[in-house]
Amino acid sequence: MVKRVVVGAHYGLRDWLGQRVTAIFMALYLLLLVIVLLAVQPQGYEGWRAIFTLQGMRVLTALFFTALFYHAWVGMRDILMDYIQATILRLSLEVLVIVCLAAYALWALEILWSA
Amino acid sequence: MRFRIFRYDPDVDEKPYMKDYELALEPTDRMLLDALIRIKAQDDSLALRRSCREGVCGSDAMNINGRNGLACVTRLSDLKEPVELRPLPGLPVIRDLIVDMTQFFKQYHSVKPYLDNSEAPPEKERLQTPAQRAELDGLYECILCACCSTSCPSFWWNPDKFVGPAGLLQAYRFLADSRDQTTSERLDNLEDPYRLFRCHSIMNCVDVCPKGLNPTLAIGRIKELMVRRTV
Repeated sequence: MVKRVVVGAHYGLRDWLGQRVTAIFMALYLLLLVIVLLAVQPQGYEGWRAIFTLQGMRVLTALFFTALFYHAWVGMRDILMDYIQATILRLSLEVLVIVCLAAYALWALEILWSA
Repeated sequence: MRFRIFRYDPDVDEKPYMKDYELALEPTDRMLLDALIRIKAQDDSLALRRSCREGVCGSDAMNINGRNGLACVTRLSDLKEPVELRPLPGLPVIRDLIVDMTQFFKQYHSVKPYLDNSEAPPEKERLQTPAQRAELDGLYECILCACCSTSCPSFWWNPDKFVGPAGLLQAYRFLADSRDQTTSERLDNLEDPYRLFRCHSIMNCVDVCPKGLNPTLAIGRIKELMVRRTV
């Protein structure tokens, strides 16, 4: 294969912007969560469960985890792009990260909707 | 005053080493470069670049006590002893304090650092309003000393793909110029996960710039232009 520096993938802005938007959303969600916890002061498992079975809270929490995993994906890809120079190794690790994050996302949804 | 200087001559030395120097300063020796010129008179095998000796040419950039800066505008009285001098990090060493800047200038040239205007030139000159001219303040003053890019970890890891703070500051200098007509092409050239988005805004570049410029702010402005044309 030719040895050539290849750049010009023409993407990056959407992920950069997405990382910022998800960060703001997560900050707002955490603020809301603190307020809810202070207002309700849940006692034990049943109390906590009651909060997250509220449909609104459930949807917001699901969105929070989606935002978290998307945010983490962009960050992990940035780290891999910075430090892993071999393309095949970088691609493999990126796929591994995607698989892990997708699994976490499904797991989070399962926990939220099975409660 | 005591100095520890990075020495490496690839023709002679197997490995780089640090050499100690002891120097009696004259009252007229104010800047680090004054001391270095005295050391060079003592030991003429020491290789370094310098030219204007007043912070205009950008030749004598080096790593001074762990921080990039210009020897000619660094006060001796501000330095802790022994003063440790190393070549700029991240670039190949040619000899002693001299580094190979090819990669740095390649990135600089890749942003097309010149005005691009296809209109026929007017009889006298392309005029700007004072406000349009003021947009270039904090951008045009860059002397390309490479202190910023060589203090940037993203540039260390990907010097062949990431433009680096110096190149991006110049990219914005022409994006900000009211006389330039190729804004869209310039943004296309930079919209890339490596060329622009390796910058994680850690601001090492701002911290070391001997001219007090702010590449991180310029990079932010480039991203802002991209957002404006996308959303």
